[in-house]
Amino acid sequence: MNSSLHLWLIPLIPFAGFLANGLAGRKLPKALVSAIALIATAIPFTQVAWLWFNFHAAPAPYFEHLGTWIQTGAFRAGFDLQLDQLSLVMLLVVTGVGFLIHIYSVGYMAHEEGYWRFFAYLNLFMFFMLTLVLAENFLLMFVGWEGVGLASYLLIGFYYLKNSAANAGKKAFIVNRIGDFGFLIAMFLLVARFGTLSFSGVFAVVAQHPEWQGGFLTAIALFLVLGATGKSAQIPLYIWLPDAMEGPTPVSALIHAATMVTAGVYMIARTHVIFNRSPLALSVVAIIGVATACFAATIGIVQTDIKRVLAYSTISQLGYMFLACGVASYASGMFHLVTHAFFKALLFLAAGSVIHALGGEQDMRVMGGLRRKLPVTFWTMTAAVFAISGLPPFAGFFSKDEILYQTFLAPNGGKVLWIVGLITAFLTSFYMFRLWYLTFFGESRYRNRSLPEHGAAVHASSTSTLVLEAEPEPHAHSHDTHESPWIMLFPLAILGILSLIGGWIGIPAALGGNNEIARFLDPVFGSSGTLQGSNQLALTLAAVSTLVALAGWLLAHLFYFARPALPARVSSQLRGVYTLLVNKYWIDEIYGALVVTPLLLVSRYVLKALIDAGLIDGATYGSAYAARGVGAIVQRVQSGNIRSYAGWLAVGAAVLLIFTYFGFTAHFH
Amino acid sequence: MLIGHILTLTIFVPTAGAIVVALLPRKGRIVQWWTLLVSIVTFALTLHFPAHFAYGQTGFQFVENCSWIANPAIRYHLGLDGLSMWLIVLTGFLSVVGVLASWSAIETRTKEFYFFFLLQQTAMIGIFAALDIFLYYCFWELSLIPMAILIAIFGRERGPRTALKFFLYTFIPSALFLVAILWLYAKTGTFDYVTMRQFLIANSALFTPNALFWAALAFLVAFAVKVPVFPLHGWLGDTISDAPTAMAMVVAGKLGLYSILRFNLGLFPAQAREFAPWMIALAVIGILYGACIALVQTDIKRLIAYAILSALSFCTLGIFCFSLSGLDGAVYQFINEGVSGAALLALAGFLYERYETYDMQRYGGLAARLPVLATLFVITCMSLIGLPLFNGFVGEFLILSGSFASHHGWVIAATVGVILAAAYMLCMIQRIFYGPESAMVAERPVARFSAREHILLWPMAVLMLAMGVLSPFWIRAIDQGVAGLADSATHTISYLEKR
Repeated sequence: MNSSLHLWLIPLIPFAGFLANGLAGRKLPKALVSAIALIATAIPFTQVAWLWFNFHAAPAPYFEHLGTWIQTGAFRAGFDLQLDQLSLVMLLVVTGVGFLIHIYSVGYMAHEEGYWRFFAYLNLFMFFMLTLVLAENFLLMFVGWEGVGLASYLLIGFYYLKNSAANAGKKAFIVNRIGDFGFLIAMFLLVARFGTLSFSGVFAVVAQHPEWQGGFLTAIALFLVLGATGKSAQIPLYIWLPDAMEGPTPVSALIHAATMVTAGVYMIARTHVIFNRSPLALSVVAIIGVATACFAATIGIVQTDIKRVLAYSTISQLGYMFLACGVASYASGMFHLVTHAFFKALLFLAAGSVIHALGGEQDMRVMGGLRRKLPVTFWTMTAAVFAISGLPPFAGFFSKDEILYQTFLAPNGGKVLWIVGLITAFLTSFYMFRLWYLTFFGESRYRNRSLPEHGAAVHASSTSTLVLEAEPEPHAHSHDTHESPWIMLFPLAILGILSLIGGWIGIPAALGGNNEIARFLDPVFGSSGTLQGSNQLALTLAAVSTLVALAGWLLAHLFYFARPALPARVSSQLRGVYTLLVNKYWIDEIYGALVVTPLLLVSRYVLKALIDAGLIDGATYGSAYAARGVGAIVQRVQSGNIRSYAGWLAVGAAVLLIFTYFGFTAHFH
Repeated sequence: MLIGHILTLTIFVPTAGAIVVALLPRKGRIVQWWTLLVSIVTFALTLHFPAHFAYGQTGFQFVENCSWIANPAIRYHLGLDGLSMWLIVLTGFLSVVGVLASWSAIETRTKEFYFFFLLQQTAMIGIFAALDIFLYYCFWELSLIPMAILIAIFGRERGPRTALKFFLYTFIPSALFLVAILWLYAKTGTFDYVTMRQFLIANSALFTPNALFWAALAFLVAFAVKVPVFPLHGWLGDTISDAPTAMAMVVAGKLGLYSILRFNLGLFPAQAREFAPWMIALAVIGILYGACIALVQTDIKRLIAYAILSALSFCTLGIFCFSLSGLDGAVYQFINEGVSGAALLALAGFLYERYETYDMQRYGGLAARLPVLATLFVITCMSLIGLPLFNGFVGEFLILSGSFASHHGWVIAATVGVILAAAYMLCMIQRIFYGPESAMVAERPVARFSAREHILLWPMAVLMLAMGVLSPFWIRAIDQGVAGLADSATHTISYLEKR
């Protein structure tokens, strides 16, 4: 590939869209705003698709150097882009799913006051996300890394006149910053050790030193993991993601499910050369992953807000991807990333369609019976539910199964991790079918309560007026539950198909497939990562996980379809467990009591009141009083007595003379 | 085209402007327009330096050197290197910004205000250009007087008290500083910076280490107060919160930090390394301490003051780690702080002009009413908390990564400040702009964002972005200016190997 691929266009076109809508959007008609935003996403998507057909077989990565960003002494970091199979997969997901969600948003946000602002932010997000994916060095990746955080902050806080939305945005940004702290320290370590932040530069040096095992590489890897747990919402920094559901639903689909939150997984896969040298770091990743997967799934069981169920399920699924990376099976992690992007985006968009139809209602307890009223939403959502639950032949089955299989085989994985993964699969299937039954089956429990009381959102308009409206604004006849417009259904249909067939790119050999995606990624990860067991074992494990998924479905069927009185009975019998789960293990409260409150109390009373106002200011005024005392003495000198003035004058002159003589001239060489 | 005596011209154009201000009638906005013109001319003159700077040439450029007083030998010696050049440009830029920010905030006694304002510009440019230490000291003192007067007359209700505090804090160390200068003169027989530096390097054996230690300490304390370095920041909170916006913009940071680099690292490199462990500790304490206090402030300007303390402590850290990229980053960072801090203070000033309070608790939901102001406020905050692609990130990253090799622990602690910075800035944004509208915001009609405000702030926002993306444009000059002050690369590696 000699000619330039013009990779720089991929992130910069969405940026141009951001500038156009951000600066002028307020005055533009909605049609033009959406045209700008859609074109700014469609062009990169087309370009990526073109790259896919022309580049997918290239053996070596392609680099593009756009200029120097920071240079001092021997250190240099540039705007350098890289295209290899790994970034190509990510690019396809980001631009493809991103484009679909842009289309969906045109319908979903049609009645919003801040329409232009929404699309400007969305394009800004695309810019940063694509920068993150294309970056050839840690520093440029960090641009995207923090940048998507900014876009996320702005979009979560889109309804900024609502305190909860503003709080959620702030929380997301600050918690992510804790992760970014880890990323920064990892970069400092890299600069100190390697003198460069370029991926190829660092990895080449590591490759030259096979004797480096663990040690400082573990330190770098662990700080990177801290970064990844922030962005990918893993223990201990997952707490921002459920709150992030305050953002408009398309945002939850794009940023908080399909793309941004997978950045941590992508980063670990990208830096696998470092992780491969550190068994400790890998084990940490695996344990964080599987623990988060299971932990979040248990919370997901009792959530009643449809978006929150999906949020916890996202955290849980990201845990699977971490598990895959932790057992050094990066290809299966990326595989699950891809299928998850399809079915989780679909789940959110379909949930958005339900919320849209119900005039802003998000509580599953008052839904029900929507199967007939929202047929397209129902059928597409069904595909997604089957996919995430891991039922063959839907997408999630193949990717999740591959992760569990690799975990089972991996030297640092083994049966314990596999069993926890399996339990998670059961829980996942259970809570997803719970959502499915509660939303679409049974009697309709929707009463169309008066809107300002429930599910209402105060929207900020751009023109200094305050509009009280539902999110999203209901149509004039909102009591008539009806299907969403075609512009929202079209992305649902595409994603529905992908949720069905998306997993076929990774059918394992045991099931007669070729595991295309793992092969495709071989040039990046090397073929060593994918472990091969016997076909017999693979089939057994696949059968077990299918049975587990079916068991989850069955239990949900029993609880939420066959015997609807059962859940209440069970929860009252297991009151302790239920309380624990409903309160999400009180993790937010614990963090508040251990970190936030002490920090604020110490700052307010010890640092501000005691030290700053007391000690430091006190010392100032103390010296001021002292100065006044001196002044009083000096005042006495100023007595008006000519003779004493003359005396002082003489003393002064003498001092000056002595000083001049000894000081100025004696050493005047 | 090269202009002769360009430095003298740049320094004294504001003085000439000030004299004309004194003669102008108090009518309409003549004084404002005139000062604006003078500031623009000064700024244009400062742009001459980067345009004609010879990159890759060490030593001072645009030099003017003639005898001023024969005995004691005081010279009128001016010159620029990569370190001071951008600081002069920044001063010129901020003088335009200062006039625009004061435009409607200062309505009474405008003649006095703009007279001293212009005098202050002369003093600051002079500080960066002076290469004779006595001349430098004259400019240094000259910069304090207009500042104190302006705070006393135009400050908020507690102006005179704050001015006194500022005066005490800055004059007492200045006196010690003067003694140290005179002592050095007695020992070396020269006030000339370049000569003295050569003398000190060549004849370091003539001095007892103790004597140089005390001299260097006297310099350092005077500058550290001006930065300020924790715990000498007692004046900062009051001064920033009470001083008129245009003064608050320039009162902290660049003067002190520049002087530390020029004199402490330039004249007393060995002593600076002796102080380094203390200064690094104080810097890191300052970063965290400032950030924690900013977190619990309810007054916008006080929050900004402590944010500035925290941000400038990053520069101190970078300076006293003596790595090249740390020094580059430190200089870059205090230029950034000059731009973004000034923008934030201007924005706060615009809020005050509309609502007459800096109390955050009375604000809320303002973004719906003043969307442009909110946008610019968020951009400025993002620049200050070091979001990549903004200027603050480049400086912060260079400081921390440059210092990391020799001081793991301190740098990790300092990096925690990055998290806290996000916390206090976002809390401030939320309290002012987000959430339901407060009673005050809902009741009062509010003036739209005016053309003057647009003209003032958009270029600053663009500059923040440009400095974040095109950093080599600035850093190549800075690099050359600080190269002589850094530890050599081998030195850094020996740090690494010790560990």
